[in-house]
Amino acid sequence: MQLSSEDIDAIWLTLKLASLVTFLLILISTPIAWWLARTRSWLKGPINAVVAMPLVLPPTVLGFYLLLFLGPEGPAGTLLSTLGISPLPFSFSGLVIASMIYSLPFVVQPIQNAFLAINDKTLEAAATLRSSPWDCFLYVVLPLAKPGYISAAILGFAHTVGEFGVVLMIGGNIPKETRVISVQIYDHVEALAYEQAHSLALMMVAFAFIVLTFLYSVQKRQKNKSVIGDIL
Amino acid sequence: MTPEQMTKDKQTLKVQIKHQQHASNFVLEIDTCLPNTGVTAIFGPSGSGKTTLLRCIAGLERSQLSQISLNNDAWQNSDTSLPAYKRPIGYVFQEANLFPHLTADENLQFAIRRADKSHSIITYDEVVNLLEIVPVLSQYPAQLSGGERQRIAIARALLIQPKLLLMDEPLAALDSRLKQEILPYLERLCHKTKIPILYVSHSLDEVIRLADYMLVLEKGRVREEGEIQPLLSKLGTSFSSHQDASVLISGQITKQSADWGLSWLSFGEHTIMIKQGSEQIGDQLRVRIQSRDVSLSLSSQDDSSILNRLSVTLDDMIKDTLEPNMMMVRLLAGDTPILARVTALSAHKLKLEKGQTLIAQIKSVALLR
Repeated sequence: MQLSSEDIDAIWLTLKLASLVTFLLILISTPIAWWLARTRSWLKGPINAVVAMPLVLPPTVLGFYLLLFLGPEGPAGTLLSTLGISPLPFSFSGLVIASMIYSLPFVVQPIQNAFLAINDKTLEAAATLRSSPWDCFLYVVLPLAKPGYISAAILGFAHTVGEFGVVLMIGGNIPKETRVISVQIYDHVEALAYEQAHSLALMMVAFAFIVLTFLYSVQKRQKNKSVIGDIL
Repeated sequence: MTPEQMTKDKQTLKVQIKHQQHASNFVLEIDTCLPNTGVTAIFGPSGSGKTTLLRCIAGLERSQLSQISLNNDAWQNSDTSLPAYKRPIGYVFQEANLFPHLTADENLQFAIRRADKSHSIITYDEVVNLLEIVPVLSQYPAQLSGGERQRIAIARALLIQPKLLLMDEPLAALDSRLKQEILPYLERLCHKTKIPILYVSHSLDEVIRLADYMLVLEKGRVREEGEIQPLLSKLGTSFSSHQDASVLISGQITKQSADWGLSWLSFGEHTIMIKQGSEQIGDQLRVRIQSRDVSLSLSSQDDSSILNRLSVTLDDMIKDTLEPNMMMVRLLAGDTPILARVTALSAHKLKLEKGQTLIAQIKSVALLR
């Protein structure tokens, strides 16, 4: 198995992108998931739909509108250029933003399900034990939602590693900036370098298998979690 | 104590609630002052608003039109509304609601870390010994039995060092064997700690065993209210036609006989015999006499195996609303009321009338404390 230095660059870039996107997504998904899990507002349906949209839309559609929106002529692009920030398309930052939108449902939904699984009565019990909403969130909600967070992080990371369409639309193919593994494989195949494509593609297959195996074992353990204790 | 007297004392829980249940027609409308000592039972059929009342007091239910204060500390009025986590309460739910990710002991530590440091009603050692939970402290809630879980929940609610303990049918989710297992702990708790308790129950049996004061709710309103002893002997209440209808008698142990295994309990001019237990001469005790265990006789002939025969006068009687063939008769042994449940036929045969002198034969007496 031969990896060129360009392949290695692509691997590093992918890992960097996926880690950063996962970290940021966990932060912004927490309030979204909490609101979706607790609200009775009529906005719940529409917001849920917006969050889930990347699941059904072709990545090219997402990439296309992001390109228009963030581009020099788009609303966000003009605003950024007046602030003196360089345009986001075809940059690593642009890729991060696009990936966050693309992977959002994979992070929000496991966290939302974990929040939903927490009994209201447990939260009321915390309130009667002088636990303020923040205290309760830190010491009751987060520990109880831990398996959901683990699933969310794994899925968010893996899904970002696996993206292709959005990257191509908004990131392009700039070495060390936007050329991630999936784009590198595409390049190899285009150049009929099947041998090199194989090395990277097989790595991706192995990665997917390992990640999903781990994910399912986490979910299995979650079921009898309270009996065997908080190992995770 | 009348509400006016208690307001003067200021040592009360004042509750004025007007609460409309979310998306239903149920309205809870209550205006009362409850004593802040001993155990106050909130009794009534399901759907009468008992739990809602407790939740309003705890701040778990929002009720804008309510005024709630304990010893003149306002928890809720037109200006303030303390959230649940700022009210000095302890709450025991029907289900234990322990934190599943913490061991039993960690559940207790959760309360200790957030407890009111300014006053202490019970220490950790006292509570784990009182409720006998030491052996299960290292286990997770899922590994505990229902009764153990509920005992941990009670301990947790006490360790927050509340000024008022709210208990919402803490035994309702348990089967009758577990109920019998926990009741003695509750009795000990109610009488060893000085903390005032509001105890919601639909079981007259639990109320009689635990309560000092009683608030009876029906369809969101107060139906009866008062100290338990006089209230229980009142005719025409919803619980006087209950099959458990009983009276409580407080008295003093004046004599004991080890040969016969009996103790003599005196109240006023009267004495009844009870099975001897651990009580000593001079002890103040409370016993329960169920109305179905009391029969009436015209003659004082001492030819029955029943030991407890009291000379009483008939104070009042009423037909049972649920069973018209039965009568509830209120008797007075001196000043002490006793209820007897007899058939309408017997009442007719004995020509029962008010003021009549009778012999009440008491088949069994249950010692409460």
